[in-house]
Amino acid sequence: MAEEHRLITKQFREAGYTPDLDCYLRHGGYDTLRRALRVTPEQLRNEVGVSGLRGRGGAGFSCGLKWSLVDRRSGKPIYLVCNADESEPGTFKDRQIIHLDPHQLIEGMILACYANDVHLAFIYIRGEFAEGARILNLALTEARAKGFLGKGILGGTYDLDIHVHRGAGAYICGEETGLLESLEGKRPYPRVKPPYYPAVLGLYQCPTIVNNVETLCAVKHVLAMGGTEYAKLGRPNNTGTRLVCLSGHVQQPGYFEIEVGAVTFRDLIFDPAFGGGLREDRTLKAIIPGGASAKVFRADEKVTLGGPGLEGAGPKRKVDVLDLPYDFTTLTAAGSMSGSGGIIVLDDSTDIVAALANLSEFFAHESCGQCTPCREGSLWMAKILRRLGSGQGRAGDADQLLHIADNIPGGRTICAFGEACSWPVQSFVGKFKAEFETKEAGV
Amino acid sequence: MDQPPPVPGVELELPAALTAEIDEIVGRYPQKRSAAVMVLHALQDHLGYLTPDAMEWTAARLELQPIHIYELVTFYPMFRQRPVGNLHLKVCRTLSCALAGSHQLHAHLCRKLGLDPHGHGPQTTEDGRVTVEFVECLATCGTGPVVLANDVFHEHVTPGTADELLKQAGVSK
Repeated sequence: MAEEHRLITKQFREAGYTPDLDCYLRHGGYDTLRRALRVTPEQLRNEVGVSGLRGRGGAGFSCGLKWSLVDRRSGKPIYLVCNADESEPGTFKDRQIIHLDPHQLIEGMILACYANDVHLAFIYIRGEFAEGARILNLALTEARAKGFLGKGILGGTYDLDIHVHRGAGAYICGEETGLLESLEGKRPYPRVKPPYYPAVLGLYQCPTIVNNVETLCAVKHVLAMGGTEYAKLGRPNNTGTRLVCLSGHVQQPGYFEIEVGAVTFRDLIFDPAFGGGLREDRTLKAIIPGGASAKVFRADEKVTLGGPGLEGAGPKRKVDVLDLPYDFTTLTAAGSMSGSGGIIVLDDSTDIVAALANLSEFFAHESCGQCTPCREGSLWMAKILRRLGSGQGRAGDADQLLHIADNIPGGRTICAFGEACSWPVQSFVGKFKAEFETKEAGV
Repeated sequence: MDQPPPVPGVELELPAALTAEIDEIVGRYPQKRSAAVMVLHALQDHLGYLTPDAMEWTAARLELQPIHIYELVTFYPMFRQRPVGNLHLKVCRTLSCALAGSHQLHAHLCRKLGLDPHGHGPQTTEDGRVTVEFVECLATCGTGPVVLANDVFHEHVTPGTADELLKQAGVSK
């Protein structure tokens, strides 16, 4: 039977577990840091490389590779920024970590900073998480008082400080270069890459690492158990555990920590250990597998996996979408992504046009407006969906939506928001076209 | 790079504790401009909204031109140039909360408070006590509908519990 595998969330449901430093220390907190400070930063970076850890923020980029790209010869300071701008619809894990176990994140950050010769780091937290910012500030004060932060950490020679920086309600700040612009006190317009790769030209044009909250917590566990041991969890290129957020039409929405790839959509949606099934007398219609920007799956979809040139190991075969293991590689091979780990379940009561209209309003609102295809396209798509949803649909609207969505992404925009706003439209309209066409005029 | 000369300081009456807090915030960053959003949060919390003077004061404090601050206030959804009610209810509009009934909840609140149920942006009651606003995903999708009441998250909010919230805030009986 499928079950959770809790590393990061191990204590979250334990009665009496509180977010203060004393409680964290009683549970072995900061032991990993004490041990890590006795080895060299290179050794720690090597452990993270060996672990195969992939970023938990959305793109799934290798953490070890990201760290290895940092320009260490520029003579400029290296910065680390924790991306706590959790805003991808369907994703609600980072706030849990911040509220329930802030010291775990802070320890992970200190470890990541020490491993990368960082002496000043920031937690960029979305503005709406005012309570989370207070919790983190309190935890940082506690950590400073006990010598885990500041000058000469734990009596050694390593100095580090961490500050909490609040955003102010813009989704685009989750894009790492937009985040850096925002942290510099500007509008969060994402930067052109190349040349502005954060590892080389990041915060204040200095080498910068941007890691997600959950990734930094995973770093703590990688270093606690060793990279090789961590890599035994999960599957090749999909190692460790990750937090999956389940929302929408399931009996038991919530976040669950799984061994990557060890459970399927069927487990996540129907197993009593996870979603516990659909509401009574309902059938499954669709699954958004990795946050609002991930391409939707039809519940009855068969996905082709494997074969030469295709990601996903093994021979070429057709797989029922519910039997797909939840990992990075398989979902990419299946034409979507696990993204930020946010699964939204839609049952047969869902008006697909309304659901997409809802998401498109989100993207139209959140486009930063820097690139014309995204700024205009996201708005046009939202407008067309609004009229389809209110009985004002025109002939050809479904095709028009596809035409717009096909012409936003693919290198026409500075950042991946172009893809993010197009993928839902391409997949919803592409896979449920009849539902859109019946709302067109004259049907 | 040469910075243009700073604008002359604008007088803004602020308590000493707040200016000390702002000094501490500005001191955290290698470059002052980084503090802009944090300073604006501090001023908005204190003043209720960002006045032209508050924006100019921030620009002068950070040795920037007023446009550098104004462009932030007009971009970031959390900043406002108008007062809101003492109780500011942000109802999540996005998909997971919508599936859980957040649109019905928003309409209920608006009708109850004499606001436009089809309105989208912040709407404040005539007596100026409550503001209702539809906002985008609040990252609490598993326990929708979610309402952020001032800075506090309320989960699984029903029309009934929303009425309770209004009652506790002394807005309705």
